[in-house]
Amino acid sequence: MGYPHPPHPKETPVLSKHFGEADARTYDGWVRRGGYKALEQALGMTREQVVDAVKASGLRGRGGAGFPTGLKWSFMPKEVTKPHYLCCNADESEPGTFKDREIMRWTPHALIEGCAIAAYAIGAEVTYIYIRGEFTDPWRVMETALAEAYAKGVVGPNAMGKGKRIDMHLHRGAGAYICGEETAMMNSIEGKRGNPRIKPPFPAQSGLFGCPTTINNVETLAAVPHILVNGADWYKTMCLGNPKSTGTKLLSVCGTIARPGNYELTLGFPLKDLLYDLAGGPLPGRRFKAVIPGGSSVPILTAEEADSTVLDYEGCVAAGTMLGSGGVIVMDDSCDMVYQTMRLAAFYAHESCAQCTQCREGTAWTTKILQRILAGQGQARDLDLLLDLADQMTGKTICVLSDSCAAPVVSAIRKFRPEFERYLTTGRQTA
Amino acid sequence: MNSGGTGARGHGGIDTARLPRVFEGEERKELDAVLAKYPTKQAALLPALWIVQRKHGWVSPEGMAETAEVLNVTAAYVRGVVTFYTMYHQHPVGKHFVQVCTTTPCGVCGAEAVRDAFVKATGSKRLGETSPDGNWTVIEVECLGACGFATPVLVDDDFIESVTPEKVPGIVARYR
Repeated sequence: MGYPHPPHPKETPVLSKHFGEADARTYDGWVRRGGYKALEQALGMTREQVVDAVKASGLRGRGGAGFPTGLKWSFMPKEVTKPHYLCCNADESEPGTFKDREIMRWTPHALIEGCAIAAYAIGAEVTYIYIRGEFTDPWRVMETALAEAYAKGVVGPNAMGKGKRIDMHLHRGAGAYICGEETAMMNSIEGKRGNPRIKPPFPAQSGLFGCPTTINNVETLAAVPHILVNGADWYKTMCLGNPKSTGTKLLSVCGTIARPGNYELTLGFPLKDLLYDLAGGPLPGRRFKAVIPGGSSVPILTAEEADSTVLDYEGCVAAGTMLGSGGVIVMDDSCDMVYQTMRLAAFYAHESCAQCTQCREGTAWTTKILQRILAGQGQARDLDLLLDLADQMTGKTICVLSDSCAAPVVSAIRKFRPEFERYLTTGRQTA
Repeated sequence: MNSGGTGARGHGGIDTARLPRVFEGEERKELDAVLAKYPTKQAALLPALWIVQRKHGWVSPEGMAETAEVLNVTAAYVRGVVTFYTMYHQHPVGKHFVQVCTTTPCGVCGAEAVRDAFVKATGSKRLGETSPDGNWTVIEVECLGACGFATPVLVDDDFIESVTPEKVPGIVARYR
């Protein structure tokens, strides 16, 4: 539901059904709501059966990439010859996204249960939940819930009394966007600088501490118990026409809009309905100018393009953007697109780990050129220079942070070029 | 940047000689519990640095050296890690540390005015500079992950949602 707003009839609350209910945070409260049945069920199945159920559901990674979850799990070695690890990515740092925060704050046991099932499915005895350092409230809630889960024997050396060891630890980040990238996260857990690693080897072959590892997003893992209890077919039927995008997704709506918040929708939902019906449309006297549908790393849509965009993995690609993490950033006609583009570029320049030249130099120079344009000192060739720079920043680095800076810049220049040109011709915005 | 010498008053007038060792008593037990969670000692580095910062208020060269010693890595290695992450204070900060998010989603909702209001209400001369009374350090940070609750602000470990410039003096008064 649209916490902090009451649920909207067009929502499909599965993960968010108990947001706002303090009692759901406790073990007893969670069990009263049907919690830990899925874990008990999973521990009575074979590892392969659990993986197959998740495969059949069509669940795809909710962190941004949309990779099929069951398939990812199936890459883990069948024989456990050295420790296997599960990492839960709770580093939620993508600007515009604040859904994992709410899952942890309101339904911590949903995440613990999802992690336990996933750990069993991939043959892992140890799970690390990597929570970004700034998430002080989610940390406290998760810490209390995990202590309770240990005390109740849900996790630990003999999880649910079924003879399986499932240990789970919280690991606190310390301020670094890049640690949400899976290989950077593994380095960070190992006590290193959070630099992404070159792939291959992929984590399923050689990941955390050199052992087979799976990394899943909070929202992905929280969906797993529902799939086991209600069945893959039930999950698959939550679909509005595109069988490649199944289930529900939390959309975090923010920016200049009447009712920001999280809204849980069946995939395939029209972006226009989310913006106008659920989130209340523009602020009084304003109209929408631009929408970034999947967190700050994906191409910007004009308000007109947003009106015809379908919120699922393929629908967003068809609209020239990506569903990403589902962080919907809305900008109205009060927003200066040149300034906002600079601000986005500055974010990536600040967060670049500086390993790759294209990213370290590209994000910094993109920001400086945009600042020059904003200061009224831009040159006629600056827009072409920015596009050329973006081209050199795309597909050339170890991770996609560099690409993530280029995407919004390129789309902003292409779609809002007159705003940039006004700065170049008059030295200021005249809109 | 300080070179990391061990002499007293080596850090902007702060008497570092008075910094107590960190990993003794309760903190040592806490570190042992952390070590039990990981297969390598090095993996306890981030949690250990959090303990240092909690104890001293910042991660001093002495704290880094002690961390290096207990985890069997070099002090240079520890410094390399500390400088990667933005949340470890590499110098002393005010009694209260304020982090205001000004990234795009909050920025379009007026976060920069919230930032400026904190600088003013705390009596700070400028962003990032500790107030003359030593009570406040205000910085702006990138995305705090609560974009629907613009503008989110961290005051120490308290996460405060939906802050507007009008609310800032009241928030500051609560910590006086």
